[in-house]
Amino acid sequence: MSHALSEAQAATGTRKAEIAAFAHRMRHNIIDMGEAQGQGYVGQALGVSDLLATVYRDRLRFRADDPRWPDRDRFLLSIGHYAIALYAALAQAGILDVEELDTYATDDSRLPMSAMATYTPGMEISGGSLGHGMPLAVGMALGLRGRDSPARVYNFLSDGELNEGSTWEAAMSASHHELGNLTAVVDLNALQADGATGSVLRSEPVVDKWESFGWRAVRVDGNDISELLRGFDHLEQGESNRPRVLLCDTTIGKGVPLLENREKAHFMRVDEHEWQIAREQLEGTVQS
Amino acid sequence: MTKRLTTSAMIASFADPNQPTSPAPFGHALTRLAAENENVVGMTADLGKYTDMHVFAERFPERYYQMGMAEQLLFGAAAGMAEVGYVPFAATYSVFATRRAYDSLCLDIAEPGLNVNIIGGLPGLTTGYGPSHQATEDIAILRAMPGLTIVDPCDSVDIEQAVPALAATDGPTYLRLLRGRVPTVLDEYDYTFEPGRAKRLRDGRDVVLVSSGLMTMRALEAAEKLREHRVDAAVVHCPTIKPLDEATLLHEADSDRLLVTLENHSLVGGLAESTASTLVRNNAARGLLPIGLPDEFLDAGALPTLHERYGLSTERVVRRVLDGLG
Repeated sequence: MSHALSEAQAATGTRKAEIAAFAHRMRHNIIDMGEAQGQGYVGQALGVSDLLATVYRDRLRFRADDPRWPDRDRFLLSIGHYAIALYAALAQAGILDVEELDTYATDDSRLPMSAMATYTPGMEISGGSLGHGMPLAVGMALGLRGRDSPARVYNFLSDGELNEGSTWEAAMSASHHELGNLTAVVDLNALQADGATGSVLRSEPVVDKWESFGWRAVRVDGNDISELLRGFDHLEQGESNRPRVLLCDTTIGKGVPLLENREKAHFMRVDEHEWQIAREQLEGTVQS
Repeated sequence: MTKRLTTSAMIASFADPNQPTSPAPFGHALTRLAAENENVVGMTADLGKYTDMHVFAERFPERYYQMGMAEQLLFGAAAGMAEVGYVPFAATYSVFATRRAYDSLCLDIAEPGLNVNIIGGLPGLTTGYGPSHQATEDIAILRAMPGLTIVDPCDSVDIEQAVPALAATDGPTYLRLLRGRVPTVLDEYDYTFEPGRAKRLRDGRDVVLVSSGLMTMRALEAAEKLREHRVDAAVVHCPTIKPLDEATLLHEADSDRLLVTLENHSLVGGLAESTASTLVRNNAARGLLPIGLPDEFLDAGALPTLHERYGLSTERVVRRVLDGLG
């Protein structure tokens, strides 16, 4: 039994190590894209790298060489300005070539600053006008269920999007229609355009809110891969006809102390000489 | 004291007494289409009974999606359904489709060019409930949306033919719904609905009446009455507001006849302005007499009262045309 347990532990360890390596490579991609652009949503992207790595390395069913495979799981980027993070994930998942990331936000690139489904393989929706992902996800989940598809729909939204009424229209509907094939993933980075989420429009208590709308909700440290895996695993158990939500507290700039400790801003400024410092901090070669 | 007319419950019929009508033409047309095409689904935001969608719902309950009183959700979810291969018809009132859920229609449906067909009830002045329900500016709101086909049908014949035609049209469409007992008018003419085409219903030497929606019915009635005044009026029905049939309009306008546009919509941003800009852009500038709703929030009341007050009644149309002829 202890042997079996240690095997399971070893398997979990491998799983975690692979996700961590995926996230680490993503962070490098994000720093590189941020440097080429000179600025951007680097802080948020670093914050959700562990989460996206867990999703793309461990949860999502997709075919890298066929991004439109009908039975693929759908991952919707409702927060379109997080595109820089998703491009890194798509590159590490083999859907995009890593070299293409050099074109990020340049004219005529397939990788625009704010996500566009018609531009980018693997980008399911054009998010960015916030509060659109949840209604789209409800429609896709209804439609896929109608087709007896095994595919699952994930909608990735931010705590700022909890301000939008359409998010809650969809949350109520997903529960009403018993969309067990729908999972929402919420980035709780506690920041939105005009300041701290708690000061702009208080959304806590978020677990209670989602549960009262009929969802199975779990809140985890979104930068702890073990917790993320446990959270996803937990949501997969139990009643199959309820939508699920993983609420993820994340740290903006995670993995780069220079940015973790900087005054939080929606659109973080990074000076030219700081990109190399960020890269070195990511490698742990420079202490913060 | 004369008894005053009263506002009808929600959707008043604008059919004239003894006029032939057809019940729920949209609901029956959608049901027929769904029997042929298994990808057709019906969706609504708590207005299935009021948009004739209930006919479809009774026949195909498993393909009917009640989204609750939530129009942003309705359009977002319709886009999601289209993304996985369905052909949704999403029904609500025009005021909610345009004013409340514009962003969802624009970004979720129109930008990706999805085949979602929006059904807007109570277009223009077809309810006496006042500005909360009167979509007098829906076309003006929607005309600038790239890739959206906008259709303003005249009667039950138009609606029955438009439903399959719009499902077969690439990209999103918006249909101004006439519901309940809908007048049947165009069966007496050699007419077939074709998206993007205007059709001459009758010819005339003195006046050309270019009309859309229920105002085509009024234009046909006015043309008959104008004969009594020795005025020979042509009627050109222009059900598709976008894309506009510019060739037909330019051809019909290229004469000395009085050019009149008639629409159940604000004079801002609808058929009159579409026609005028077509004429100017094609170096065919000329005057036209625009008949439509004023740039105002309209009164509540009984529909016959309001159509008379705001100039949509046949009698008002006749007087305006005679005045226009001098």
